[in-house]
Amino acid sequence: MKIFDIKLFAGASALAAVMLGGCDLPPQETVQRGYRGTGMEAVYSPEALEEIVAANQVPAAIPAVSAEGPKASDIYQNVEVLGHLSVGEFTRLMAAITQWVSPDQGCNYCHVAGEGFEEDTLYTKKVARMMIAMTQNANQNWDAHVGGAGVTCYTCHRGNNVPEQVWTIGVPPRHASGHEHQMQNVAHQASNAYTSLPFDPFTRYLLEDNPARVQGDTALPTGHESAIESTEYVYSLMTHYSDALGVNCTHCHNSRAFGSWEESNSERVKAWHGQQMVKQMNNDYINPTNAWLPAYRQGPLGDAQKVNCATCHQGAYQPLLGANMLADYPNLGSLAPPAETNPAEDAMDAMKDVIDEAVDAIQEMESAGLDQDVTSSGEAH
Amino acid sequence: MREYQNIFTQVQVSAPDYPGVPIGEDERNRTKGIVHNHLLGKLGDAQIGPIYLGALGVFALITGVLAFLIIGMNMLASVNWDPVQFVRQLFWLSLDPPGPEYGLSIPPLNDGGWWLIAGALLTLSIMLWWARTFRISRNLGMSNYLAWAFGAAIFLYLVLGFIRPVLMGSWNEAVPFGIFPHLDWTAAFSLRYGNLFYNPFHMLSIAFLYGSAVLFAMHGATILATSRYGADREIDQITDRGTAAERGALFWRWCMGFNASMESIHRWAWWFAVLTVITGAIGILLTGTVVENWYLWGMKHGIVPAYPPLEAAPVLDPMMEGAQ
Repeated sequence: MKIFDIKLFAGASALAAVMLGGCDLPPQETVQRGYRGTGMEAVYSPEALEEIVAANQVPAAIPAVSAEGPKASDIYQNVEVLGHLSVGEFTRLMAAITQWVSPDQGCNYCHVAGEGFEEDTLYTKKVARMMIAMTQNANQNWDAHVGGAGVTCYTCHRGNNVPEQVWTIGVPPRHASGHEHQMQNVAHQASNAYTSLPFDPFTRYLLEDNPARVQGDTALPTGHESAIESTEYVYSLMTHYSDALGVNCTHCHNSRAFGSWEESNSERVKAWHGQQMVKQMNNDYINPTNAWLPAYRQGPLGDAQKVNCATCHQGAYQPLLGANMLADYPNLGSLAPPAETNPAEDAMDAMKDVIDEAVDAIQEMESAGLDQDVTSSGEAH
Repeated sequence: MREYQNIFTQVQVSAPDYPGVPIGEDERNRTKGIVHNHLLGKLGDAQIGPIYLGALGVFALITGVLAFLIIGMNMLASVNWDPVQFVRQLFWLSLDPPGPEYGLSIPPLNDGGWWLIAGALLTLSIMLWWARTFRISRNLGMSNYLAWAFGAAIFLYLVLGFIRPVLMGSWNEAVPFGIFPHLDWTAAFSLRYGNLFYNPFHMLSIAFLYGSAVLFAMHGATILATSRYGADREIDQITDRGTAAERGALFWRWCMGFNASMESIHRWAWWFAVLTVITGAIGILLTGTVVENWYLWGMKHGIVPAYPPLEAAPVLDPMMEGAQ
């Protein structure tokens, strides 16, 4: 009898250990963020928080330099997105980018030793130019998402050539020929936080332009069509948001009405702008680099490695826990002003002027001719 | 003398082979073999068999096994026939209904067609099994509480997998066959239709479900607690004084003023169980067909409490603000 009980106890303990294996050990810290009783609260495991804080320290900034002096574009050739910086600022930023993106390879990650800095020989240099413009664009035009802290290369790269958390268009795992894989129900997918939900919500919502809205906004049906399948895709995307930010649903939503903006925290509006921002990044800045990329920087379908929430956030509710790194590198804060002189454009403008003048002259002659037609024979033609 | 006393009883009834009451002509549908199993005897009756199978049972098993195999083979195909991956990923794997693009049309076999066939076979199997419960009850001279209770559950099953998808005009609305995937469906269903908690029939179903659990615990505990007086032999207990039945009844009368009778407690249990699935099925049936968003429906009908605003400035839909 006793032995049986011990076995039972051991079995129950083992089962409990397995069931609780995925949980954080108590104690947890709970912070109320909404009206009482709504469950809108942030739950933190102090242990996990320590790790997050340790992983989100900002590296020491390189001492600032003067913005006075000749422009980078006056000294160097082929400087497109940073030409408006002073040479000092430009050099400082190059040094910082080397620390942030290629600390091991140094300058030679983008520039070929012994070749002029202006050469675009390596694909990495062309990509870097796009990524700098992407960063400037985010800081200049997406205040609604990155305002207050801004982004630098380090926000995502953290010393890696390619940010650790990127995505490419999903392909089904090995399956029987003839079987139509449903792009879901696959175990151990980090993209959807290990659920059986669709494992590539990014293509639909962070690349293609689909609003992630599945609920109808009227009590009774009024023709709003949205399949359960779409809900599962959005659900999958939301598990990614949650996972990438290290927060639960109630960071943004009141869970009684996920679709209602009135019931939501203002963080949800930020997240919405984030979605639009990431879509623009992937379409306007990442995808155009694809032509230059070697195969090992592409996904199985030959597409570029793209951005999602985790690329910047990396488990923190604000990247680098909200540290304003941009303040140390204000040169990344806005896009390069349109070039004042561009030989190609100047030539084009001059050509246009000539054409316009010619057209005006012809029109004048024609109208004069018409008048003559009415009055006399039409010899003017 | 040993008694039923503990949470884990050591008492086991063992008896000689007993073939059951004669049922006349239908008797040939019963298997002959009888075995006794000590371990099963710890949970119930140690005698296994004879089983009444009949044509209904045979066809129910065949169609059920076919449905099971179709689901399993589709899962296996999704992991490239790899048995290791099949076991490792079993809880994630699924046979999904056709995509929304197919509506109610017949999709290709590999894109939802197998789901339709498996669903049809499973439905047939369940219906045959239902007819079997009806037939066996009749053979034993019983009335048909079991068949109707089972029928209530089948109604919920049909609403989920057939009636509602047909009303919505899309097989995609139905539930996938898979462990985690059907749970995903459940969560997604509530999210899609604005939170099922504001669906009054869902409320009723939950009340009956929790009520069933409470009633089951109350009844089970009462009978076990009085089994030392022979409560397990209910029938000759009801009319006498001082019996297990009377003690059980008195416990509840003294505890909460009211007691069910030995007969009515089973009526309570039956109705609670049956109403769980019937109200649940009505709730599902109304969702998407006549109600689009239960939260907004609840607002309209005053069942959603209002909370003070969370932020100084109200949170607005960015798409309504004319932002990008």
